[in-house]
This record gives sequence, C-alpha cells and structure tokens, in this order.
Amino acid sequence: MLPYILRRVLTAVPTLLIVTVMVFAVQRMLPGDPAVVLAGEERDPEVIAYIRARYRLNDPVPVQYVAWLGQVGQGNLGQSFRTRQPVAQLLLEKLPVTVELALLSLLVALAIAIPAGVLAAVRKGTAVDYASTVAALSGISIPNFWLGIMLILLVSVRWKLLPASGFVPFSDGVWANLQRMIMPAIVLGTGLAGVLMRQMRSSMLEVLKQDFVRTARAKGLAPFLVVVRHALRNALIPVITIIGLQLGALLSGAVLTEQVFTIPGFGKLVIDAVFNRDYAVVQGVVLFTATSYIVINLLVDVAYALANPKIQVG
Amino acid sequence: MTSAGTGHASARGVGVGVWRRALRSLARKPFAVASLVIIVAFVLVAVFAPQIAPYDPTKPDFLAVRKAPSAAHLLGTDDVGRDVLSRLIFGARASLMAGALSVVIAMVLGVPLGLIAGFYRGTVSELIMRFTDALLSFPFLILAVALAAAFGPSLTNAMIAIGVASAPTFIRLTRGQVLAVRAEEYVQAASALGAGDARVLWSHVLPNSLAPLLVQGTLTIATSIIAESSLSFLGLGVQPPTPSWGGMLNVAKNFMGQAPWMAIWPGLAIFVSVLAFNLLGDGVRDAFDPRD
Repeated sequence: MLPYILRRVLTAVPTLLIVTVMVFAVQRMLPGDPAVVLAGEERDPEVIAYIRARYRLNDPVPVQYVAWLGQVGQGNLGQSFRTRQPVAQLLLEKLPVTVELALLSLLVALAIAIPAGVLAAVRKGTAVDYASTVAALSGISIPNFWLGIMLILLVSVRWKLLPASGFVPFSDGVWANLQRMIMPAIVLGTGLAGVLMRQMRSSMLEVLKQDFVRTARAKGLAPFLVVVRHALRNALIPVITIIGLQLGALLSGAVLTEQVFTIPGFGKLVIDAVFNRDYAVVQGVVLFTATSYIVINLLVDVAYALANPKIQVG
Repeated sequence: MTSAGTGHASARGVGVGVWRRALRSLARKPFAVASLVIIVAFVLVAVFAPQIAPYDPTKPDFLAVRKAPSAAHLLGTDDVGRDVLSRLIFGARASLMAGALSVVIAMVLGVPLGLIAGFYRGTVSELIMRFTDALLSFPFLILAVALAAAFGPSLTNAMIAIGVASAPTFIRLTRGQVLAVRAEEYVQAASALGAGDARVLWSHVLPNSLAPLLVQGTLTIATSIIAESSLSFLGLGVQPPTPSWGGMLNVAKNFMGQAPWMAIWPGLAIFVSVLAFNLLGDGVRDAFDPRD
C-alpha cells in the first residue's frame, strides 16, 4: 500500500508544477506590459524602471518563473492592483463563504442522490427507475444560474419567503445566514445531485449482484436491512471518489451561483477581478483552486487505498 | 466514459454491422429519438432564424419597453423594447455554434494528443498525460473565465476557451482506446507483419475509437452549450447587442420583479437543448453497448 501512496504523491508533484507553469504562462500572455499596468495612469518612466527592477521583469523568463514560484511557495501571491491587499489575504477572507456554500450544496446533493439512486437501483426497470434517471439528467442539464433566477422569482419575488440575495456571516446569526444560503445551496446542489445519483444507482446495481448480498438475503434478513446495512455501505465508496472529482464542477457552479445571489465568495471575487483587470487576483484564484483540486483528490485516493485492502500495488 | 466500447471490430464488414445494429437499437429508444427531433428543430430554427423571427432581434423600440407577452410580441419585449421571441430564435445560433465548434476544437487538440500518448511510451507520453492532469485540475469555468479574460470577451474566444478546457477528456478517452486496441492480438499481428505505426493507427485504432468519441462528442456539446451560456451570462461570451441565451439572462436578472418573461424563455431554451444532447449521448452510448 505504501508504494502506491508514494507513487500517487509523486505523480501529483509534476502535475502541480505544470499547473504553476501554465498559470505563469497565461499571465505572461496577457496583453500589456505588467510594469506599465502597475505604474498606473501617469506612466512615469522612472516608476516603470523601478517596478521592472523590483519585480525582476528584466530577468530571463525562466529566472522570473523560479523567483515567482519561490514567492508562491511562501504563500505570497502578490497583491491586488485595485485594493493593494495581499491576494493571499483576499483568498482567505472569501474562502469560508465558498466552502460553506459548497458543503451545504454537497449536503443537498447527497440528501437527494442517495435515496433516489438506491431506489432506482432496487426498482430497476420500473417507472421509479425511469423517473429518477430522467430527473438526474435534468439536474445535470439545467443551467444553475437560470435555476437560481427562477427560484428567486418564485420564492422571493412572488411568495416573499426568503431574501433574494446577500450574505450574512455565520457568526452574525445562524438563521440569518442559512436563510440566504438555502436557495444557493439548492441551486448548486442540483447538478451534483444528478451526477451522484447516476453513480449511486450504477454502483448499487453492481453491489446488489455480489455474493455477500445474496448471503444476507438467504439468511432471511429483511430486504430493507440488506440494502441499508450491507449494500449501501459498499456502494458509497465510488460515490465518494466521484465527489472528489466533482469538486471542480462545484467550484465552477459556485462562480455562477455567487453571481446570481450576490454572495461574496471566490466566484464573485474572480469575476469582479476579471472585469477590473485585476490579474493578480485572477491568477491567485486559478492557482489556489487547481492546487486544492489536486491535493483533495490525492487525499481521496490515499484514503481509498487505506480503506480498501485490495489496493496493494495499485 | 471509456466503457462505451464497440467490441473492437476489425474487419470492415463487422464494423459496418456494429454501426447498423447500433442505429437500429437507437431508433428503438423513444428518449433518444425525441431528443434527436428536438435537436434537428433547434438547428433548423438557428439556420432559418432570419426567415422565422418576427422582428429584428437587435432593434430597440422604446415605445414597447418590457411589454408582457401579447399577440404582437408572443414572448414579450425586453428592457429596450426588443422582441424576446426574435432574440430567442437568433440566440440559438450562438449556442449551437458554440456547442459544435468547441467540440471540434476539443477533438482536433485531444484526439491526436491521445493517439500519441497511447501509442508511444516514454517522456512524450508521460508529459502529455501530466499536462492533461494539470488541465483537468483547473475548475472548468474558472479556466474558461481566465482564458476569456486573457484573450478578451467574444464568442470566438469563448469557444476556444471551452474547446481547450474540454480537450483533456478527449486525450484520456483516445489514449485509453489506443491502449485497449493495441493489446488485441490482431493488432499485434498486424505490427508483426510489418504494418507501420501510421497504418495501425489509421486502420485499427481510429475505427474502433469512433463510437466512444461520438458518445463523448455528443455529451460535450451539451456541456459546451452550458459553458457558452455561462460565459455569456457573466459577460465574457457573446457581446451585446448580439443575442445569446446566456446574455439575455444576464440582463433579465436585473428585471425579475418587473419582467419575469425575460428570464423564463432563454433559460428554458438552454435547458431543453442541453437535455436533448445529454439524452442523445446516453442513447448512443447504450446503443453501442454490446451487453445490451
């Protein structure tokens, strides 16, 4: 098992390095001289020369890359052109908001996907199965920003049940926070629910065919207990792997959801930065999200290897 | 994804049989047939938009601002008095074009790289796969947003961004297919008999990869349509006044209380077209599944 984990960690390292090269390269492809951009409106040649020297813009590109990587390694992601705040600090401020949104959506998705997927598998080929399969595909196909707008129209504008937008930190009141997070969580969770339900259904079908399920049935255990106590636990394992792989989709969805509900998280940060041409922030968000994706999937795989004795050498 | 094998038919005759059987199986699936009809209808609407649309989709009419649906404007008018139905009809062009062309870009990049990564072992293959992993680790939309921001917002750049962001799937799929086919005895026999790499790729690997590529291509059209409308919704895709479904929703969200009809139809159009491509993709996958 240890060699597998080691090898898995070792493949993550070059991937991470390539990610940094790509982020650095895209930054270099941006139109305009960064020194001129940083110098502001006046374009004082002395200021430009100073910036060039300070940010080592006269060095060869590979040297610049190594210097930049060294800074990133120390948690220095540069500073926002607009607010002059360090990018790392901005990210840390917005992170809890997006993490909360993502966790709530995951909860919504699991609450829908597990029962629906199990039911579809147990009642395979019946109307229940078809209905939940079509529902899952609809969840995947519905543009979540539109679902958000429709929910606001119905729940906030027509029924006046929940606030349409805004954000209240968790520390300022749990209920006030949840009131504003319920709709976004449903919107973001719907697509994920579709993906997870399909996985749940197919892995449940796989598990139900296995010998230990037949044994459990043969010893006279009630069908409900067979499914819940024996099959479900095993069928959930691939679902967890899928959750790790869906993390990117969840973050992409969060960008749109936060835009619709004006939630000040990662998504709002990156979109505002794009329109303000605040490239350091865009770069920071891209680098951070890609790195988290790699690290979290590494952890999922390692946890999977630890939980599953069958993976010895991979 | 890679489960959609074709049974690896080698001889031409058997290959045709697989396709004919798949087509027959597809024709028996009501969902797949219905979705195909819907897709054809959307394509016709996009192609004949100038003939079908009752009004000029970009011409404002300040005497008819935010009018509710009526006989004159079946789906109402928007914030500057443009006909929502006409904009919806012309918007189909941006969405379908983005859907189709992004997939073409993704395949043109992904298939050759996948073939190389699967066929040649060593540094090149390893490099392509690590590059693919890296590309996959960027959240799709954040990558597309960053690229669209770097190249400037436009439909063309959005399509390039979506195509590049979708390429890794095709690299992995094609590589997996190459590895599977290469292990087949008849392919090893062909190599042993002196068939060159190019010939093996062309006459054995590619024909066997067509079905899974077709399935993945159809599903990727669906994700590309959503991606294009997301980028246009964020203001990074099609630029106003050119109509696009995502762009219409971007404006509509500011008038939800006053003009809800502006928000309902563009989203429904995205939903129905994406669902149709997803259903079709699923149907094609099942049709090629030899276990059926």
